[in-house]
Amino acid sequence: MLETILKAEQLHKKYGGLEVLKGISFEVKRGETKVIIGPSGTGKSTLLRCINQLTPPDKGRVWLDGVEITDPKVDINKIRSSIGMVFQDFNLFAHLTALNNVRIGLAKVKGIEKQKATELARKELQRVGLGDKASSYPAELSGGQQQRVSIARALAMNPKLLLFDEPTSALDPELIGEVLEVMINLAREGMTMLVVSHEMGFARSVANEIIFMEHGVIVEEGPPQQLFTRPAHKRTGEFLHKITELYGESGR
Amino acid sequence: MAISKLILIWQSFPSLLRGTLITIELTAGFLGLGLILGIPLAFGQVYGNRLITTTILSPFVKVFRAIPALVLLFLFFFGSAFFGIELSAFTAAILAIGLRSTAYQSQIFRGAIQSVGGGQMMAARSVGMSKLKAIRYIVLPQALRLSIPPWTNEYAGVLKDSSLAYAVGVTELMRQGRYIVARTFGNALLVYSVCAIIYFILVYTGNKFLGFLEEKYKMPGYEVKKRRRKILERI
Amino acid sequence: MNFFELAWSILPALLRATVVTLEITGISISIGFILGILLALGRVYGNRPIYMLTSAYVELIRGTPLLTQLFLLYFGLPSVGIMLSPLLAAIIGMGLNSGAYQAEYFRGAIQAVKSGQMIAARSIGMSKFKAVRHIIIPQMLRLVIPSWSNELIYLVKYSSLAYLIQAPELMAQAKVIAAKNFRTFEVFLVVAFIYLVIVLILSKILNILERRLRIPGLQTQAV
Repeated sequence: MLETILKAEQLHKKYGGLEVLKGISFEVKRGETKVIIGPSGTGKSTLLRCINQLTPPDKGRVWLDGVEITDPKVDINKIRSSIGMVFQDFNLFAHLTALNNVRIGLAKVKGIEKQKATELARKELQRVGLGDKASSYPAELSGGQQQRVSIARALAMNPKLLLFDEPTSALDPELIGEVLEVMINLAREGMTMLVVSHEMGFARSVANEIIFMEHGVIVEEGPPQQLFTRPAHKRTGEFLHKITELYGESGR
Repeated sequence: MAISKLILIWQSFPSLLRGTLITIELTAGFLGLGLILGIPLAFGQVYGNRLITTTILSPFVKVFRAIPALVLLFLFFFGSAFFGIELSAFTAAILAIGLRSTAYQSQIFRGAIQSVGGGQMMAARSVGMSKLKAIRYIVLPQALRLSIPPWTNEYAGVLKDSSLAYAVGVTELMRQGRYIVARTFGNALLVYSVCAIIYFILVYTGNKFLGFLEEKYKMPGYEVKKRRRKILERI
Repeated sequence: MNFFELAWSILPALLRATVVTLEITGISISIGFILGILLALGRVYGNRPIYMLTSAYVELIRGTPLLTQLFLLYFGLPSVGIMLSPLLAAIIGMGLNSGAYQAEYFRGAIQAVKSGQMIAARSIGMSKFKAVRHIIIPQMLRLVIPSWSNELIYLVKYSSLAYLIQAPELMAQAKVIAAKNFRTFEVFLVVAFIYLVIVLILSKILNILERRLRIPGLQTQAV
């Protein structure tokens, strides 16, 4: 029996008059990869940010490893350091080299001394296949390389959970593969991941479960096989059909 | 005739240099005060309490930008006497033009912070940095780099504005020039031309130095060059 | 007499002097406008000598204080036999000064007009001169409005320097009043208020003007 590492309960979020999340509840178990799919503008990114409180939810609670992180008394910075996040547009620190991008969290958040931090950062860069790009600045790297550095930055903090917010949407088609490859390897190594993505091939082959979200609610949740072949809801089938038609089976 | 002019320049050089030194001190004072107050002011405007921003910070910036430097100078100089705190002309000048530069510099840094973008802050928070740490290690270093080109403009601006301190009696370059002109009748064209050349050299070397800093601290691949090409307005 | 009574009593005289301030500004910005366009065209389209000459002028003016320039005109020129009245020296000095700055704004705006515009104009048979006259300059004038607005406001404020060469504008009038009633600080408080109002009204007007003259899709940001 796998233990639950993340639990979200009845998350609500409103922007102005627009209700983006209308009571979202789900769980992620240790070592599991969960993929969230759904039309754009249905609150998938907001949901991810509500989990690490970059956007505090209006209502609802989140637990990480048994600790309620929506509790105002917890040190949210400490919590965030154990939840990695990978953004759609990378958000690498523009004034730092690849190595220092990975290292700065270790040095300034975890307080690890310089030499040790450098060593750890170097190891993470090698893990995403960029050991030779340590001294490059973000603007000198391709999109795919930047995204791999940002994965290394998240990994370096030794997170309990990795959040991916459409990690390949801003990439040119030929660069998507290298990022997916890193993610697939992480899934195999047993990293716990919650991924918002339109990569149906990835969802189908890597996800333990898929969540289909629309208009701020979870429409359906289940293993890929079930959602792709016999979805319980008509909307799920329609959406998956449209997406595969647009991008092809293995495409995005 | 020409020889006598050369002798005049030679003889007046020490006093012109003394004036130049005061001009440099004034400029450093303006920039320093503006830098120390302008950076927190900018962060206050971007990340701070909205109420404080709209009731205090923004009006401060607006008023100090709208009132001419010369009028501010008079207000601080004569105002200090009015309120019974006798400020020297030098101090009054530093406060007046320095606070004015604070207003301008806060706009420079605010623009730079905003062009760093929200994604950087979010990414910093996502690895567990507090807001203060994110500002200290991620936003500020980038904002400072982006500020160098407009700041170069501000440097030239306040250097030239330091000549206004002449009006309240600070013995900076223009006033030293004035003294020489008064002592040696009929040499205004020559003496003020020398002053102009000195100002030009100060502006030019300062710009070169700041250009060097900009080059040294540029983020490779980042389009700083493009930003510099943007025509900088005097403000 | 409290402050408000004082302010009320000196306001008429100050406002009369404000008219002079606005006249100095208006005339010198116009001189600077014509000079600026010529200098900008020289820097963008001129041959090498013209480019060098116009660039040297712009850099020299921008590299030295307006006060020094005014002193050179007013106190300096008499030594070569040219006597200017304070008012004339102020207007010429500020016009020559503003010309250099406006030249930079115009140049930036000319370069912001897409290069395809010139090619397209030439392709329908316009001469280079005609292309500049009918295609580039009209677009440039729209693009330059934000910078140009700043320049106008700058000149209003810096016209106060004319006082230092004895031109009879707002500051000078204030000094005259202060010399009589010895309430210098309060007099200049009123002066500050007058400048504040002028600047705020001007920026409102220029904002409206900018919105009125906007061509969809053609704009630059002010710094």
